[in-house]
Amino acid sequence: MSSIIIGQYVPANSVVHRLDPRAKIVMIFCFVVFVFFANNTLSYAWLTVFAVASALLTQIPLRFIAKGLSPVWFLIIFTFILHLFVTNEGTVLVELFGFQIYSGALIQGVAISLRFFLLILFTSLLTLTTTPIEITDAIETLLNPLKKIKFPVHELALMMSISLRFIPTLMQETEKISKAQASRGVDFRTGPLKDRIQAVVPLLVPLFVSAFKRAEELAMAMEARGYQGGEGRTRLRELVIVKRDWLAMLAFALVIAGLFFFRY
Amino acid sequence: MDIQFNEVSYTYQPNSPFSHQALKNLSFSIKSGSYVAIVGHTGSGKSTLIQHLNGLLRPTAGAIKIGGFQHQAGAKTANIKDLRRQVGVVFQYPEHQLFEETIKKDIAFGPRNFGVSDEEIERRIPDVLKAVNLSPDLLERSPFDLSGGQMRRVAIAGVLAMDPKVLVLDEPTAGLDPRGQQEVMDMFLDLHKRKGLTTILVTHSMEDALKYADHVIILDHGEKYMEGKPSEIFVQNEALQKVQLDVPEVIQFIQDFNELFKQNLSYQGQTEQELAEEINKLLRKEEPTDE
Ligand SMILES: Nc1ncnc2c1ncn2[C@@H]1O[C@H](COP(=O)(O)OP(=O)(O)O)[C@@H](O)[C@H]1O
Ligand SMILES: [Mg+2]
Repeated sequence: MSSIIIGQYVPANSVVHRLDPRAKIVMIFCFVVFVFFANNTLSYAWLTVFAVASALLTQIPLRFIAKGLSPVWFLIIFTFILHLFVTNEGTVLVELFGFQIYSGALIQGVAISLRFFLLILFTSLLTLTTTPIEITDAIETLLNPLKKIKFPVHELALMMSISLRFIPTLMQETEKISKAQASRGVDFRTGPLKDRIQAVVPLLVPLFVSAFKRAEELAMAMEARGYQGGEGRTRLRELVIVKRDWLAMLAFALVIAGLFFFRY
Repeated sequence: MDIQFNEVSYTYQPNSPFSHQALKNLSFSIKSGSYVAIVGHTGSGKSTLIQHLNGLLRPTAGAIKIGGFQHQAGAKTANIKDLRRQVGVVFQYPEHQLFEETIKKDIAFGPRNFGVSDEEIERRIPDVLKAVNLSPDLLERSPFDLSGGQMRRVAIAGVLAMDPKVLVLDEPTAGLDPRGQQEVMDMFLDLHKRKGLTTILVTHSMEDALKYADHVIILDHGEKYMEGKPSEIFVQNEALQKVQLDVPEVIQFIQDFNELFKQNLSYQGQTEQELAEEINKLLRKEEPTDE
């Protein structure tokens, strides 16, 4: 469980870590859109270089990032193989198990799975380098205009940050209780499916009990400290866009301009 | 069961930026039937250590022998379920593991998982209830209706009902009131003697370690810092202070007393009463010479 890094923050002090979270979110949003504009070798290579360079800039070991994406590798490879067998454009390259593999299929397969890989890699850079609190703060300010139409932006952001805050706690709790029940002879890993489903009950009941208790305590603590909703509330951490952020966004704009230059 | 740790190391999340070595080259042995206290500062690896005793964690290096069981790095442990039946672990805040509708069902949960027959479980329940000092009237009640202290007793009863040979206790009195702490500790001592258990107690309380254990292991940053008889370990003020541990109150008192009255009193597990009488005698003896 702990080897899956999607959604996990890795503390470090790289340029990418220090970027304003709003700048990061905007850039990633744009990247996700513009990946679909790549349509030849050069434009794909250009985006790949950019994504890998960004990953290098985070100072997180590439091997760690790659290992963390392992559940996604499967999907990427699956996509590739699927395309290999179903597309029949171009010339026949080889014959495998009675299937003909076309040159068009190979290109299509590489392109689609590469696009998929770029999307996952680039978006995971956000969560790897930005604390959940920063992300929610950024989303709250980015969505601020929606307050005009009475959209509960603050409440939504608060809900998000509370749930994010309690994910690690919940994971620890899960580990603790599953260890305690394993010590009482529960086997979560082997045995018939029916038994394994039943083995979840002694895990879920205590988890729910403690989650409800925690929620109640948190609500009480917030009230005791005078929480009254978002109205007139000031921030401990103000988000400010500095030169570094402008430079990063400028560089990003250049990369996108390059993309349109390289595609035909 | 004899327990032997041989150069055991454990690393959490190895090969990642979060990798953390919690145990370093630990070697020690515990004789069958002894009462061992494991003490150390928070984060020194005590809980990590005890999770090796029933195979919840596997050493990343080294080997452990628990009775006839071999538990070592890089090898599958044979009969792990049997190991878990024989080594009962009472975790920190064990009341968090309660889940059944009735107290009776929760106590029966462990033994049932290990294939103990219903008749045998029925036979064990009154015994364990008595051991943890709970009334049989509660059996059909929900464990969630009880007070915190009572819930803890139910959880402990659930472990005892497995009839383990080794009892591992991770800070079993944390969060109880002083009287409850005393009762729970006395109960474990009674069980230890009555059932001939091998007891391993993780504790923050030097007092408890001194009072109940016949062997102490002190951990510091995952390494074994000291090991030996409580009466020999707990007189080494400076060594203990280095790892932020205190000398037990009784010993501190005796040391202060010796210094102040130029005496040579030593601690040999006396009760407060016995100690008072000894001091009384010592000082009386001196009185005539003073006059
Ligand atoms: N599941 C875990 N993942 C990563 N590190 C852990 C985990 N559990 C404990 N640790 C770390 O291992 C060290 C020892 O922890 P622990 O054995 O719980 O100490 P103790 O019980 O003596 O307080 C601590 O530094 C702790 O942060
Ligand atoms: Mg602990």
